[in-house]
Amino acid sequence: MDVTLVSKNKGIQPLKFALWAGFASIIMMFIALTSAYIVRHSAGNWLEFKLPNAFIFSTITIILSSITMHMSYSGFKKGSETNYKLFLIATLALGLIFIMFQYQGWQEMHHIGVDLDGNPSGSFVYVISGLHAAHVLGGLAILTVAILHAFSLKYKPTEKRLLRFQLSTQYWHFVDILWVYLFVFFLLFR
Amino acid sequence: MSTQNIEVREEVDEIIEKNGYDDHFHDHHASDKYKSSFVGKYIFSLDHKMISRQFLITGIVWAIIGAAFSVIFRLQLGFPEADMAWLKPLLGKWIVLNDAGIGSISQDFYYALVTMHGTILIFFVLTAGLSGTYSNFLIPLQVGARDMASPLLNMLSYWFFFLAGLVMLYSLFLSTGPFSGGWTAYPPLSALPQASSGSKGGMNLWIISMTLFIVSQLLGGINYVTTILNLRTKGMSMWKMPLTIWSFLVTAILGILTFPVLFAGVLLLLFDRSMGTSFYLSEIFIQGAALENVGGSPILYQHLFWFLGHPEVYIVILPAMGIVSEIMSVNSRKPIFGYRAMAYSLMAIAFLSLLVWAHHMFTSGMNPFITNFFVLFTLIIAMPSSIKTFNWLTTLFRGNLRLNSAMLYCIGFVSFFISGGLTGIWVGSSTLDIPLHDTYFVVAHFHLVMGVAAFFGMFAGLSYWYPKMFGRYMNETVLKVHFWITLIGAYCIFWPQHYLGLAGVPRRYYRFDSFNSFTGWEGVNEFITISAIVVFFTQLLWVFNFFYSMWRGKKVTERNPWHSNSIEWTTPIIPPHGNWPGKLPKVERWPYDYGKDGKDYITQITPYAEGEEVIAH
Repeated sequence: MDVTLVSKNKGIQPLKFALWAGFASIIMMFIALTSAYIVRHSAGNWLEFKLPNAFIFSTITIILSSITMHMSYSGFKKGSETNYKLFLIATLALGLIFIMFQYQGWQEMHHIGVDLDGNPSGSFVYVISGLHAAHVLGGLAILTVAILHAFSLKYKPTEKRLLRFQLSTQYWHFVDILWVYLFVFFLLFR
Repeated sequence: MSTQNIEVREEVDEIIEKNGYDDHFHDHHASDKYKSSFVGKYIFSLDHKMISRQFLITGIVWAIIGAAFSVIFRLQLGFPEADMAWLKPLLGKWIVLNDAGIGSISQDFYYALVTMHGTILIFFVLTAGLSGTYSNFLIPLQVGARDMASPLLNMLSYWFFFLAGLVMLYSLFLSTGPFSGGWTAYPPLSALPQASSGSKGGMNLWIISMTLFIVSQLLGGINYVTTILNLRTKGMSMWKMPLTIWSFLVTAILGILTFPVLFAGVLLLLFDRSMGTSFYLSEIFIQGAALENVGGSPILYQHLFWFLGHPEVYIVILPAMGIVSEIMSVNSRKPIFGYRAMAYSLMAIAFLSLLVWAHHMFTSGMNPFITNFFVLFTLIIAMPSSIKTFNWLTTLFRGNLRLNSAMLYCIGFVSFFISGGLTGIWVGSSTLDIPLHDTYFVVAHFHLVMGVAAFFGMFAGLSYWYPKMFGRYMNETVLKVHFWITLIGAYCIFWPQHYLGLAGVPRRYYRFDSFNSFTGWEGVNEFITISAIVVFFTQLLWVFNFFYSMWRGKKVTERNPWHSNSIEWTTPIIPPHGNWPGKLPKVERWPYDYGKDGKDYITQITPYAEGEEVIAH
């Protein structure tokens, strides 16, 4: 099966390309949701509320996790096994903390009386951040597999493992950037 | 089937052996998973050719179900007084008996039939059945790849589609019936379970099924694009690709960009249904009670839906266009007229299709100044469409036509595309659309231009590639009989509907005799229904031909029976796993060198002869 993957041109690796095409469709989904948000926002009858503070902390956390992910990746490439394993675990931990902050954010919203079934302004935040969290959970699953590989397989940066790790890294950075976009979006369109 | 692989070496083998590209594919004999077990070969197959056949046969099954539904609701429209009690064994409680024992189709079920007919035909047959079959089959064979970029995702794509179908099938057997609010599933009808019996469990299953279907489409689409852009064989530059591949590429990109938007729309609908949100629900009184929902907008759903919904009709028609371009050129023994113009107009249609969704919403109370924008872009689509049409006609012009069934279907396609496309200009302009909206005129328009036309593209492709798929031919006489009855029959069904629509007869109505304005059409409706029944049984004839020929059809003895240039015909009659037994062919020229320098055809892998002119296409 691997042989079918040999690309004839010297450009981008096919699976990486496929992943980026997948990003395109995820982006389109969030564009659709945020556009719906804008359309509904401009129609009036819109409850304004302060975004929960937990979302600020979660944003910082996920940006940090991207940094640790990158450090793990460069550790893997440069042959530093300790950095590779250590920062990978750190990334997973930060990812879990991110989900906890998101959950806390939803709790904060609930406490100030903004519920899922209230004014659409709140519903949109719940649905969009929830859908994003689902994508982060997918990322956490990927990270778990990466950690299992890191600890169960002998450290050997072969091309195949490098590719697999790159795909995981890129997905993780993607959900990170996606959240930063969504957070800025929520701040701009209150 | 593998016994047929022993065949004489032909000239193309020599060329591939000499010039081909050795990717050492056959050095790895380790993986046996493609050949051995029944399950690995026929069910959870990773081979694109088998997955393509799975899509095809599943699509055929769905097409029969969807078409049978249309015959049942046509019976109601053509013969509203007729006794339908004979359908009771099949439909059970959906046939309501009155005191005199006369049976009629229940009104709820009528709407369910209309809804399911639309959903099944558009998504399961003309999207998955058409793109799934041909993209899977032709992309690796025509670009010169061993298989798809990810055979695993490809297999998952089929099985998600299969699951989507299973869920939809299950919804047909619910006691409250399948969803019945139209294939567009507009809220509030679709958002409120109490709105109709079909909006209860049937709608939940509809949403689940659509979600699985979207996953299938994305997995498939990502794979198609990746394969086309990354796995082309040596020498196969973009401008040497057959137009089929161009059309699959554009279709897949369109799907990747628009299906997620449908998912977003359906997700919010699901929240409105089950979590009490008010994305689409505003102040509503239903069954004497006021709902708690405030501030939603049902129009928001229409925007999200039609952002997929409109490109979706191009997802349906573009592959058919590619298939027709290829087959028409081969059977005219002439290069396709305006190769690049054909590819550019595919791209133009796809791009414009993203800007015109609101032309489905002219009657939704939109600002008339905004409608101008959408009218303008809608009418601009007429330009790439007519470029394509004129190019097909000029390809035929002075061609050395071979009027085999595949060619006839192509000509039929162009005919339907013209007669359905011209009314697109009518309904694309808001002034005309406002009176014509939701009448039979629209039904006639889209059935001709994307329904029947896409089917003819599909039929053409099967007549033409059946030998490559199954190593046998379908019966040509039966195909021609099928062609003529279907061509004439489809016009008999849809042509009169234009007149109904112009008279203002609305679509989706259960019966018309309680409205004075719509009486007088009984004879026409009977005529349409009888035509529909005839066409339906003719399709069964085609299906019989399809399956019968798989085992009993005339065997293919020639590697390249249509004397075509494209490289799928350089593979053995039944291509093995990996498609080419030895090296991959190296592509030298574009696929349409027919009748050049007095030669009938020159395959894509034939190197340029000494002193041969290289024509820029």
